[in-house]
Amino acid sequence: MHVPDGFLDAPTSVATAVVAAAGMGLALRGARRELDDRTAPMAGLVAAFVFAGQMINFPVGAGTSGHLLGGALAAVLVGPWTAVLSISVVLIVQALLMADGGITALGTNVTLLGIVAVAVAWVVFRALLAVLPRRLGSVAPAAAGAAFVSVPAAAAVFAGLFAMGGTAPVETSAVLTAMVSWHVVIGLGEALITGLVVGAVVAARPDLVYGARSVLAERPLVIRDAQERAS
Amino acid sequence: MTGRRWWAVGLLVALLVAGVASYYASTHPDGLEYVAEQTGFLDSAEDSAAADGPLADYQARGVEDARLSGGLAGVLGTLVVLGGACGLFWLVRSRSGDQHS
Repeated sequence: MHVPDGFLDAPTSVATAVVAAAGMGLALRGARRELDDRTAPMAGLVAAFVFAGQMINFPVGAGTSGHLLGGALAAVLVGPWTAVLSISVVLIVQALLMADGGITALGTNVTLLGIVAVAVAWVVFRALLAVLPRRLGSVAPAAAGAAFVSVPAAAAVFAGLFAMGGTAPVETSAVLTAMVSWHVVIGLGEALITGLVVGAVVAARPDLVYGARSVLAERPLVIRDAQERAS
Repeated sequence: MTGRRWWAVGLLVALLVAGVASYYASTHPDGLEYVAEQTGFLDSAEDSAAADGPLADYQARGVEDARLSGGLAGVLGTLVVLGGACGLFWLVRSRSGDQHS
């Protein structure tokens, strides 16, 4: 869902650039609390992984494809503020180096994929964790649910921006309906990939998963003796 | 797995995804492009100012073989993101000894 140059007019692009810059500024402050000597290299790796993952377009039928956005994945693995910065770095490299997503549309893309998708994903993730059983096994399903919702949410906000400043005379309701319905399907792929990757990291190194901290903190330390373990 | 080993394995997976698996990705237009085409605003798209860059459209310019060209672009892009993000996060991180607020 990389918006190219030309879809949105200049005022809308300037407005989203301001939103993107403000969001990244807040994220720079917030990420400080999420990053330390141990997690900073891990967060860099997550950004690289999101870039790689976005190259894999999967077919969603009728001549359409979708790819990972990675907002939920990054938010759950490294924290929401760091996720905003991770996705922004990915989008900047894509726009400048790969010509994927426009340069004047960079603010729009950071707003949609870096801020909206990450924020929605984090809110849904926290809500799902609150209702699911409080154990490590709930982290991956909650991440998958968050990933699923984040994709049509970003698509709907694009339709809103198109209504404000789309350059082509196209009915907003048609764009909204088509964007949301296709991105619900793409969201299923997002959920699957996010659930599998988060599940794998939680299984191997739960201590490295930001979204698992609240569950890990509550897990009581259990001392089991040899006899009990053998039974 | 230790932190360093885990990190190296993660990077290897990312490089394999970007450098090898990407060749097999679907070439159909993505959701936004498809919707733009169907509802009639795809033509309003303009070429990016970066469209003539050496890695534009995930192809390394001057490399004939499509598999190699795409793989190279994917690997280089992944490394640039890794370098940029690690550098940024290293600067932003709270130093050990800092007061956590």
